[in-house]
Amino acid sequence: MTNSNPFRRGVSLRVREALHGYGFIVVWILGFSLFTFLPLIETFRYSLHQVTVTAEGIDLDFLAWANYTRALFTDPNFVELLIGYLIETLVSVPIVLIFSMIIALFLNLDFKLKGLFRTIFFLPVVITSGPVIKELTAQGATSAPGIANNPVVAEFLLGLPRALRNPVEYLLTSFILILWFSGVQILIYLASLQKVDKSIYEAAAIDGASAWESYWKITLPSLSAATIVNAIYTIITLSHFSENKVIQYIYAQTYNVHGGIGYASAMAFIYFGVMSLLLGIVYLFLTRWAKKESN
Amino acid sequence: MQALRRLNTDRIRSFFFGSRSRYGLVFTIVLYALLIAIGFVYLYPLLFMFVTSIKTPADLLNPMVQWVPTEFYTGNYEKAYRVLDYPHTLMTSILISVVPSLLQTFVASLVGYGLARYRFWGKNLVLALILAAFIIPPQNTVIPQMLKYRDLGLLGSPLSLILPALLGQGYKSAIFILIFYQGFLSIPKVLEEAARIDGASDLRIFFTIAVPSALPAYIVSFIFSVVWYWNETFLTAIFLEGGVTTLPMQLSRFVQAYENLYPPGTVNIFDRLNEAVKMSGTFLNILPLLVMYFLLQKWFVESVERTGITGE
Repeated sequence: MTNSNPFRRGVSLRVREALHGYGFIVVWILGFSLFTFLPLIETFRYSLHQVTVTAEGIDLDFLAWANYTRALFTDPNFVELLIGYLIETLVSVPIVLIFSMIIALFLNLDFKLKGLFRTIFFLPVVITSGPVIKELTAQGATSAPGIANNPVVAEFLLGLPRALRNPVEYLLTSFILILWFSGVQILIYLASLQKVDKSIYEAAAIDGASAWESYWKITLPSLSAATIVNAIYTIITLSHFSENKVIQYIYAQTYNVHGGIGYASAMAFIYFGVMSLLLGIVYLFLTRWAKKESN
Repeated sequence: MQALRRLNTDRIRSFFFGSRSRYGLVFTIVLYALLIAIGFVYLYPLLFMFVTSIKTPADLLNPMVQWVPTEFYTGNYEKAYRVLDYPHTLMTSILISVVPSLLQTFVASLVGYGLARYRFWGKNLVLALILAAFIIPPQNTVIPQMLKYRDLGLLGSPLSLILPALLGQGYKSAIFILIFYQGFLSIPKVLEEAARIDGASDLRIFFTIAVPSALPAYIVSFIFSVVWYWNETFLTAIFLEGGVTTLPMQLSRFVQAYENLYPPGTVNIFDRLNEAVKMSGTFLNILPLLVMYFLLQKWFVESVERTGITGE
């Protein structure tokens, strides 16, 4: 019996519960410090220095904020890549959300061959990886064939204002690729749809609500939490994807003689900042929408 | 007569447009058309990959041959198999994905359980840090890790991926912790309290009561974890470069590896690298995942629906 232990008798229940709780998470705290927190601090330190890797270790040469100003004001590529990343993410997120919501609504219905379609729709979860996507894109298997080269479409693109042309062109050439990022999001919507109480729909139908009305008044509000989760998940996945151009640029600079670890670290922090800002804005926007939706 | 006619038109209308209990013909047609169209979007690259991979070099050049090759040609697969060093890289990929996945699933369940069942100071801080660990891009932490591994002589060894997983910092660990946290919160704790009154220790309660009741969460986490580790190329490129080689790593340097085996100047035109060989390599790369997916897909979807991955 634990109570017979003289060391434990004096400890209050509350403290003992806390100690046992820490026992379960202590591994994580240790891991977080070693593999996330300390490396993050170390990377920040690198970003303020010129880093040279030698046989014995690394040499640091203090530069203050020079790496940051170089990335933002001198580097001809970095800011452009960041803007491209922002545009692509802002175009992709609504498409992924709407598309995965529609698929989840379909898969929530009863129809024949449902199992087969479900199997097909979750394929992207399994297949989407950097090298595979790269091979498929190179072979032209991920864009709607020939759309961007169609003379009518090309004419239309030229007629657009400059600010709109890039997003629309990206949308046309990468539409199918974007859909490949919807696997997990479909699962999350589906799980959320199955939790909606069926009797609410019955009550609404008895009161004379059409399917259209019950979608906007019942289904959509009950998916608002899942939408926020999905939006955040989509942004993070797109931002961490190994074929992402900003990440590839940072990675290339790490091994570059003129760039080096210090410069790459500074860009990594700027990228992290931009990404967090984007996450914050989207999160605020969606929570406001969800609040309005549930009223 | 009038009533009979109205009954008939009602029946025709419900046949086409549906009623409260049935979908109706128009809706059914639209539904299947959309499902097939979207299914095609996902199957098209796979079909394209497969059909291209069995084309002979002559078929590739022939503009008349699009979707039906003149023969089932396996020569591309033989080349891709050799270029990928398949048995070897396949074993490495399995090791690199299964071992960290087992560890990270287990550790994530421990942490999720601790967070869901115990009250302690700083719990919200830990939850916030877990979320932060998910958001921080890998390139913000990876260089010091790499340099540390280099000092310890672990660079290129599978341990460089196994160690973080063992301490709950594996690839996307945060998601799995949150899945288990949600999962354990939604399971009633009556049984566990009864066992505690009977004098069972915390660990015993965890292993004998909590683990079996959260089985769907374990299955989902393990499958997702294997898939994500398998497909991961950023971390593997940094930590394993120069050491062991996974399938996706070998695929990303396919051209170079091919030219080492079949130097461009010395082979005849039919043995030059073409997209059929590349597609064979890509297909061999995802084949193990496809097999796993089709074997486990029932578990996969049903468990996800039962774990409540949504996290509200």
